[in-house]
Amino acid sequence: MADPVVFAEGLHKSFGDTHALRGLDLSVPSGTVCGVLGPNGAGKTTAVRILATLSDPDAGHARIAGYDVVREAGKVRARIGLAGQHAAVDEKLTGRGNLRMFGRLSHLSRREAHRRADELLERFGLMDAADRQVTGYSGGMRRRLDLITSLILRPEVLFLDEPTTGLDPRSRGEIWDSVRELVAEGTTVLLTTQYLDEADQLADDIAVVDHGQVIATGTPDELKATIGDRLDVVLEDPAALGPAATVLKALAGTDPTMTGADRLSVALPGGGFRLADIVRELDRAGVAAADVGLRRPTLDEVFLRLTDRKELV
Amino acid sequence: MTDLAPPLGRRLRWTFTDGLTLVGRELGRLRHDPGELVAALIFPAVMVVLFGYVFGSAIQVPDGGDYREYLMPGLFAMVTFSAVMGVMTRMAADASRGVMDRFRSMPMARLAVPFGQTGADLLVGLLMLAVMVGAGLLVGWQPHRGLIPTAQAFLLMIVLRYALSWAGVYVGLAVKNDQVADAMVPLFLPFTMLSNAFVPTGGMPGWLRFLADWNPVSALTAAARELFGNPGVPSGNVAWPLAHPVTAVLLWSAALLVIFVPLSLRAYMRRGR
Repeated sequence: MADPVVFAEGLHKSFGDTHALRGLDLSVPSGTVCGVLGPNGAGKTTAVRILATLSDPDAGHARIAGYDVVREAGKVRARIGLAGQHAAVDEKLTGRGNLRMFGRLSHLSRREAHRRADELLERFGLMDAADRQVTGYSGGMRRRLDLITSLILRPEVLFLDEPTTGLDPRSRGEIWDSVRELVAEGTTVLLTTQYLDEADQLADDIAVVDHGQVIATGTPDELKATIGDRLDVVLEDPAALGPAATVLKALAGTDPTMTGADRLSVALPGGGFRLADIVRELDRAGVAAADVGLRRPTLDEVFLRLTDRKELV
Repeated sequence: MTDLAPPLGRRLRWTFTDGLTLVGRELGRLRHDPGELVAALIFPAVMVVLFGYVFGSAIQVPDGGDYREYLMPGLFAMVTFSAVMGVMTRMAADASRGVMDRFRSMPMARLAVPFGQTGADLLVGLLMLAVMVGAGLLVGWQPHRGLIPTAQAFLLMIVLRYALSWAGVYVGLAVKNDQVADAMVPLFLPFTMLSNAFVPTGGMPGWLRFLADWNPVSALTAAARELFGNPGVPSGNVAWPLAHPVTAVLLWSAALLVIFVPLSLRAYMRRGR
C-alpha cells in the first residue's frame, strides 16, 4: 500500500491541566475519507488543528503528504484545505469577493484568482448569490462558501471539522454531495463529526476518538460487527416473556433487555446467526413470536458502546 | 520556523503583496457597507459641533482665545487614538470567527495580516483627518503657522496613529473574542478625556493632573496646538511631555512600536493553542 497521505503518531497536547490528546495515532490512505468520531471534548478539533499547522503538538509528530506539520509547515499549507465549524469567510464581502481575496492570498495571479472564483461558484451552485454580501446568505450557503474557499488551491488533503453542525437536513445533504464529488476526484478527506450517520454516509474508515486517543478503527461495517447484530423479538402473548428470555439468553449468552411489555432485545455476539434458526428455537420452547428481527447495529450503538457513554451525545 | 524558507526577497515581496490584498479587503468591506464608514466619519464631525458649541459656550480658554480653536487639536488627537479601537475590534472579529485560522492555514505571508490591518487603518485615519479638517474649518478653526508646521502636525498624528494601531492588533489578538473587544470600546472615552484635549489640566486635582499630563493624548494635543499656532500652549512650569510635546509624541510612537510590534507578531504566529 502507498504511504498514507495523513499520518500522525503519538500526538500529545495539553492545555494547562487538560490533556486534549494523549498519544493519538492516525493514518489515512490517499483518496479516502477518514471519519474521526468522538464525543465533545474528545480531542477531534485539537487533532485537526495540529494537522492543519495551526497548533504545534507537545510530543509526537505528524506528516501531510510526507511533509512534517511543524518543520515544513509552509509546504503542508500549500497542500491542505481547512473548512470548519465556523463559516470562516468575511461576512461583509460578497461570495465572489471572498473567493477572489482568498485566491489572491493563495498567490494566484489576479486573473487566475478571478477565474477560479467563478469556476467554484458555478460548480457548487452559488453563482446566483455570488454578488451578494455573505451576511445575507443562509447557514447552508455560508458553509458551502466556506467549503469551496478551502478548495481554491485544489488541496490534496481537505480537513472538515464538523462541516454540517447546525445545518438543516437539506443543507447537510448538499455538503455531503460536494464532499463525495471531491473524493471522486481523488481528494483525501479527514472529517470530524458528532453525527454518526454522517460518518456512515461519507467515511471509508472511521477512527473513534475518546479522551485524546483513538480507541477503535475500521470501516463502518467492521465497527458494527464488533458489537454483533441485535435481535428484537415481539411476542404474541406477554405471558411468554419468561420462556422467551430463557431462549434468548441461551443464544446470546447475556440477559436480554425488555424494550416493552411484549418485547425483548439482545445483542448477539459475532455474526453467523440465521433468522430461521432463531425462530425454530423459539418454536421449540413454545413461544409464539409476532415479529422477530435481526438487524445490524447502528453506528450510534457502536459509538455509545465504545465511548461508554450512557446517553446520546 | 525551520521551514526550508524561500529567499528573503521573495518573502518580503509576498508580505507586501498579501498585505495590499488585505488592505483591499478592508476597503472592499467599506465599499459594501458604506454605513460603517459614514458613521465613523460622522463621529468626529459630531464631536466638533457637540464640544465646540455645547462645552464651548461655558469654558474659558486660559490666556483668552477661541474655544473651538483650542478644542480642534484635542479632537484631532482623540480621532488619532480611535485607531486602537478600530484595529482591535477587527482583529478580534477575525480571530473569533475563524477567519484568522483560515489565514494561518494558508500558504500566505504570515506577517501580512497585521501589516494589512494596520495599513488599512492608516487609510481610514487619513479620511477621518480630512473630514475633521473640513469640520474644523467650518467652525472657525485654522492653522496659523504656515504650511510646514501644519504638515508636521498631521505627520505626527499619522505616525502616532500607526503606532497605536499596533497596540490595537495586540489587544485584539489577546482578547480573541469580538464581544469582549466590543465591550472594551467605551473605555476609549474616559481615556481620551482624561487629558488636556477639552480642558486645561491646571485645574485638576494633583493626582488626576499627573495622569492627564502624562497621557499621550495630551502630548499629541499639545504638539498640535503648538504646530497649528492654536491657543492653549502651556507656559511656565508644566510637566515634561507638555513642555516638549513633539519629542514626547515621537517617543510615545517609538515606544508603542517597540513594544507592540514584536508582541503582536508573536501572538499572531503563536501555535500553542
